Amino acid sequence: MAVKKSEAALDPLWNNNPIALQVLGICSALAVTTKMETSLVMCVAVICVLTLSNLTVSLLRHQIPNSIRIIVQLTVIASLVIVTDQILKAYVYEISKQLSVFVGLIITNCIIMGRAEAFAMQNPPSLAILDGIGNGLGYSAILMATAVLRELFGSGKLYGYSILPTVSEGGWYLPNGLMLLSPAAFFIIGGLIWAIRVWKPAQVEMDG
Amino acid sequence: MFEEYLNLAVKAIFVENMALTFFLGMCSFLAVSKKVETAVGLGLAVIFVLTVTVPANNLIQTHLLSEGALAWISPEFADVDLTFLNLLCFIGTIAAMVQLVEMTTDRFFPALHATLGIFLPLIAVNCAILGGSLFMVERDYDFGESVVFGLGSGIGWFLAIVALASIRERLRYSNVPHGLRGLGMTFVVTGLMAFGFMAFGGIQL
Repeated sequence: MAVKKSEAALDPLWNNNPIALQVLGICSALAVTTKMETSLVMCVAVICVLTLSNLTVSLLRHQIPNSIRIIVQLTVIASLVIVTDQILKAYVYEISKQLSVFVGLIITNCIIMGRAEAFAMQNPPSLAILDGIGNGLGYSAILMATAVLRELFGSGKLYGYSILPTVSEGGWYLPNGLMLLSPAAFFIIGGLIWAIRVWKPAQVEMDG
Repeated sequence: MFEEYLNLAVKAIFVENMALTFFLGMCSFLAVSKKVETAVGLGLAVIFVLTVTVPANNLIQTHLLSEGALAWISPEFADVDLTFLNLLCFIGTIAAMVQLVEMTTDRFFPALHATLGIFLPLIAVNCAILGGSLFMVERDYDFGESVVFGLGSGIGWFLAIVALASIRERLRYSNVPHGLRGLGMTFVVTGLMAFGFMAFGGIQL
């Protein structure tokens, strides 16, 4: 067997992180991370869709004709996302309103297409599931780290609970409004990538 | 009427820039911005595809999918609501349009096709394109507005990627810390550009 099971699930966490190294799925990572609550829902949704789409594509891999594989993969993913979207609207309506178009955009999240194309098309279902979970967790790790930093320093809260009492509520912490705006997300992810590469020097790009 | 459209276009290009405010199309934005030439090619292709697909999806949404839209077939269909299918239909339209654009440019404008060639298939999975259609639904644009919105957000994306590519070409001469080279630095540069675009916030014509 080409890839070991533990590797399929654990590699994407640090050694081959979808966001930090493969440059996949960045759009949603930046947009939903102003609060931990929305990021958590987004992570769960992505992990579910990614695992199921990897499983489905892997099961169908001998049936899919090579020339139309992209449209088949897109259809599988789009159907799964529609189901996810309907479930979110039914059970956590408020959060699904805040995520707005980004649930739908899971379809074009390159992690899902990328893993279906690069891994699930060549590997048996059991490995594909592990790869899906692993990449989903690697994505979630970066997403949650960014969300913790942005929510803690942007509004003094974690998961909606006050950690640093803000001035407007009689505390001492003056919230840094910049953290809630879009540029902060870029800086934080840039910094996280820097941190990972200092820790794992093999990932450094010498020509950039 | 004209003023409204102009306002919408300015808003789509600068104030709510697809790439820098909503982070849409980031994957290709970061991956294809090493050279100005290729960035221009991809940018043009995005403008074109957005201008075609947003209005096309607007027609599909209003005449086929939204509640009661099928009443023209027969009165029995008056209470059918197919909105939940919109993701699937939109992505289908986009994939088909991209294919069509590729075949048309290949047949009639071979020079343009040679420039855009490799980027066209990439565009089908560019979130800026699907995002454009989804924003159109969320904000209830009519047909005219969706033409302007598609064109405007395409131009905005084009501006952003060309600007980033120019900065990155310059960046090659600077001494960036090792761990930050490549992707990390690109993020920081994009963040600074997003700052710049925030200056447009709140502009209304």
